[in-house]
Amino acid sequence: MTGASETGATEPRVLILAGGLSYERDVSLRSGRRVLDALRSVGHDAELRDADVCLLPALQADPPDAVIIALHGATGEDGSLRGVLDLYDVPYVGCDARAARLAWDKPSAKAVLREAGIPTPDWVALPHDRFSELGAVAILDRIADRLGLPLMVKPAQGGSGLGSAVVRQISELPPAMVGCFAYHSTALVERYVCGADVAVSVIDLGDGPQALPAVEIVPSNGVYDYAARYTAGLTTWHAPARLPEEVAARVAETALAAHTALGLRDLSRVDLIVDEQGQPHVLEANVAPGMTETSLLPLAVQAAGLDFGKVLATLVSRAAARARSAA
Amino acid sequence: MTHHQPAPRSGTTLDDYTDRYADRVRGMTASEIRALFAVASRPEVVSMAGGSPYLAALPLDAVGDMLGRIGAEQGLTALQYGIGQGTLELRERICDVMTLSGIDAACGASPEDVVVTVGGQQALDLVARLFVDPGDVVLAEGPTYVGALGVFQAAQARVVHVAMDADGLVPEALEEAIAAVTRAGRRAKFLYTIPTFQNPAGVTLSEQRRERILDICERAGLLVVEDDPYSQLSFDGDAPAPLRARRRDGVIYLSTFSKTFAPGLRVGWILAPHAVRDKLVIVSEANILCPSAFAQSAVTQYLTTMPWREQIKVYREVYRERRDTLLASLADLMPAGTSWTRPQGGLFVWATLPEGLDAKAMMPRALAARVAYVPGTGFYADGTGRNHMRLNYSYPSPELIQEGVRRLAGVMEQEIALRSLFSGASGRDGTGSGSGRRRRERTGFDAPGPDLA
Repeated sequence: MTGASETGATEPRVLILAGGLSYERDVSLRSGRRVLDALRSVGHDAELRDADVCLLPALQADPPDAVIIALHGATGEDGSLRGVLDLYDVPYVGCDARAARLAWDKPSAKAVLREAGIPTPDWVALPHDRFSELGAVAILDRIADRLGLPLMVKPAQGGSGLGSAVVRQISELPPAMVGCFAYHSTALVERYVCGADVAVSVIDLGDGPQALPAVEIVPSNGVYDYAARYTAGLTTWHAPARLPEEVAARVAETALAAHTALGLRDLSRVDLIVDEQGQPHVLEANVAPGMTETSLLPLAVQAAGLDFGKVLATLVSRAAARARSAA
Repeated sequence: MTHHQPAPRSGTTLDDYTDRYADRVRGMTASEIRALFAVASRPEVVSMAGGSPYLAALPLDAVGDMLGRIGAEQGLTALQYGIGQGTLELRERICDVMTLSGIDAACGASPEDVVVTVGGQQALDLVARLFVDPGDVVLAEGPTYVGALGVFQAAQARVVHVAMDADGLVPEALEEAIAAVTRAGRRAKFLYTIPTFQNPAGVTLSEQRRERILDICERAGLLVVEDDPYSQLSFDGDAPAPLRARRRDGVIYLSTFSKTFAPGLRVGWILAPHAVRDKLVIVSEANILCPSAFAQSAVTQYLTTMPWREQIKVYREVYRERRDTLLASLADLMPAGTSWTRPQGGLFVWATLPEGLDAKAMMPRALAARVAYVPGTGFYADGTGRNHMRLNYSYPSPELIQEGVRRLAGVMEQEIALRSLFSGASGRDGTGSGSGRRRRERTGFDAPGPDLA
């Protein structure tokens, strides 16, 4: 990359990583381009790059001042790439490798949340090997008895709703498991909580983490699947969510608590269900939230009356400054 | 930080035009399967999902020189507008090409009746625009070319599939389909068929059946739209003569230079009866004004100055070796219960999976193993085809084909084990595809975009 930044007086040069080899490559490419546009709109020098064999030579030859990881799926979210960036002393926006690894694995994250007293639906996580060893029939029946129907089945790792299914009848459970195991070797079976789907984006612009207005998700056909997520027009998003003030405050507080408990930094998106009693239940936290045209974090930023490009620019400056102070 | 006015509380769909779209746009949504193909473009993945010709077999230096000269020597025409029908020079060369397949002056082929199109895809689109009203029935092989399904869907046609076997379209099935459409008080507008080295099935309509199919259509007053992109790519002698070589009337013939020269130029054509030709030109002018003059010059020069017949032989040899490798690898490695077609030409093998396997549901597992194919569902208008997949052998090298099949076999073994594990579990249908959780079936979106090799 070109440009100078010795003193920090010039604006940091940003490398946006997008693409990767995950199932969410397409989403990631869209996120990356949106981030690029937003940074350019506020006059930042930014470059978009795939995480491939050309990346490390480029980092070595001309290290950027900061990296924004718009990679979804394992590479961007499981902490491994962050670990590599640490090896190259390249700062990045978002949490460190250890926290990413924890948040990425849904069962591990849920255990931490529960330990911290943050409500999360009851769950069982099982690798497919266990079903082969112990027999599928007994386990599935026991899971259904213990957690009750309906159930949510999802891959223990992964995003965009890929491989996820709501199971309303016991007969739907085996095919849902098969569908889930196509995406990951461990399935998370969770008690399905009825209520409003909301997502709370958390950002830290220098004054500590703040919860942006919750975004409420109302898919037109009732299921927030891949098509509903990424086809404009198929889902109605309410930002802020249509929640009573005290419930909205509780939701924000819960999301911040989850962000903190998982050791996240700079930005995250916490997905929750708000049940009919107004009680929030945390489903998961995302360390590289989607940034596409139909993604939730940019909607929340807008609902907060903030400019997406400026928010990103601030996060980038903070990451670059972190590196300078560590040096 | 600037604080803007917060968004209103009424909610947004992020698409302010939702209530303004035409009916034909309904159902055009993001597709998770299509998104998965994004991964298949990475070099780590052995992709048998594309349909691209192996362009590295072209003499690119010579082609490059030729293209450069067009700009320098013919720029004033090659960079200018042209006529809607396409240049006469190219239409004459197209007639030379068709003569190779037996469509010659004796059966009424004339440059006057050729319309140059932007690839075979525009040819299909023009035919649909000319003949299909919303709700009209189009008969097509099952499975059929995914791009044709997209065109028919945009034209709001109802596609009725007609079964094939190893000898191509089954005449009795065609008769039955015509009768069923008639019984339902409808009329099929045309039969869309790829009789030779069919995409995706890889089968060829036998010599004997060609006459029967034509007779059936003639009796029923059914127009035949013959799509023939692959017949030059025959591995064992010449392919049977096209339907158009056997009938002057009742057959509209479409072809393209995408498989024999270069898909990037987007040059195809239609050979149609005079009256139809006139209307095609009018519709095409409304559609695109005129096909690219530069691309037409390129193809004309290629067919005039370069050894294009020899180049087709090169492609035949390259693809024959790759087909042999694919068939041998499938025979060595596929799990019991898998079957596949044995194409005598073209670019594709169609595989049928062991009972209970679902090629669409298996896609993520395949991509995790770094191998890609197209699930069969992309080739049917009705959401069927889950237990099939299309495998391309024109683009990957023989070594990659072997490796791809090895990976695919592993994926299938895992999937079989998993499905058998859950088949007896709580649910009554553990080997099912998870279809209970699909809220929508979409058509035409389970195949990759055209850029995937």
